[in-house]
Amino acid sequence: MSLYRDEGVVLRTQKLGEADRIITLLTRRTGLVRAVGKGVRRTKSRFGARLEPFTHVDLQLHAGRSLDVVTQADTLRAYGEPLATDYPRFTAGTAMLETAERLVAVEKEPALRQFLLLIGGLRTLGERDHDARLVLDAFFLRSLSVAGYPPALDACAGCGRPEQRRWFSVQSGGLMCAQCRPPGAASPAAETVTLMIALLRGDWEVADASEHRHRSECSGLVAAYLQWHLEHSIRSLRLVERT
Amino acid sequence: MYEGAVANLIDELGRLPGIGPKSAQRIAFHLLSSDSADVQRLVGALVEVKERVRFCAICGNVSEEAECRICRDERRNPAVICVVEEPKDVVAIEKTREFRGRYHVLGGAISPIEGVGPEELRIRELMARLADGGITELIIATDPNLEGEATATYLARLVKPMGLKVTRLASGLPVGGDLEYADEVTLGRAFEGRRLLDV
Repeated sequence: MSLYRDEGVVLRTQKLGEADRIITLLTRRTGLVRAVGKGVRRTKSRFGARLEPFTHVDLQLHAGRSLDVVTQADTLRAYGEPLATDYPRFTAGTAMLETAERLVAVEKEPALRQFLLLIGGLRTLGERDHDARLVLDAFFLRSLSVAGYPPALDACAGCGRPEQRRWFSVQSGGLMCAQCRPPGAASPAAETVTLMIALLRGDWEVADASEHRHRSECSGLVAAYLQWHLEHSIRSLRLVERT
Repeated sequence: MYEGAVANLIDELGRLPGIGPKSAQRIAFHLLSSDSADVQRLVGALVEVKERVRFCAICGNVSEEAECRICRDERRNPAVICVVEEPKDVVAIEKTREFRGRYHVLGGAISPIEGVGPEELRIRELMARLADGGITELIIATDPNLEGEATATYLARLVKPMGLKVTRLASGLPVGGDLEYADEVTLGRAFEGRRLLDV
């Protein structure tokens, strides 16, 4: 399969040489792919805006030794268009792309659920129906679940009993009861926990009705939980703005 | 493979952008076989560029004085500032001979994934220049890619309360190209920014 076809979302681009770019993509069938886009920085490039971050493209690639080469690209949907003109959504979207790349990590290993989640997340972000930070947190929680790190929200992460889970411990994997909680566990407001569960399940009615302070608390816990499991900080998170 | 000075030179040359191990080797042997005077001239140019060139205190462009040639030029329109990402972009715009105002070099574009935020760019300096007054138009000429657009959006939002005219360079079809090869986004922009033909 020296020549293959796939569709994917552009996660990141890096300059290479005079006019080329290394394009990192999350594809539907192949998973994470790093490919060279030849001449994409020239104004007369055949690919033009198609290989920009956030773009969902239909691709033909030529498998190389270390990097593949993009031979054809066609836009399926440019998710970046509504984001570039809205700074808070742009930063939230960038954090999504960076997280998707970190969570998949291994190249050419199919990650269909992560791919579908990313497309859904970017579409929801671009539609502007919900607060950007809520969409981002929902994406984080679901991505972690897909990757095998679902936070325990229905029962204590230590003993598994559903009652009295009032503390949240990043290290232990979610909510905990008074007996199990390790020192340093946070004690979020009940509304924050409700919000987190709503975001994980996609209950937007509850999430949209939440108050600002609970959203802040939820974001803080989710960000800590995400970065603990990734064992890496998400650089873009620092620049995400609250709307 | 090579020893001492030659290996050292090949290593150093190999660090330059666009120069791989083979090119580095070729340049190293070219230097070895050239005249001492030629090599001395190259050495002199390298040392000089590091010693004499600095960044303009006003616009951030490369300059040999405290202020660059464009900022010192009295004939340029002080009321218009064109914001670009890199000093290279200043040269590109100067070649058009279309723009008679002054520049502001940001030093890059906002790229959260690379850890570059507004704080890392020369945006504070730009705001200080705008706050001094006398400026009527801000032309945002960042690259027409996602990061450039996001930087333009960020700047436009920041400058809005000051009430000046903020414009963005047009994007559309490249001169000398074929319409059928243009991608959807570019062609869409070209439609958006079409102009009246007044014959």
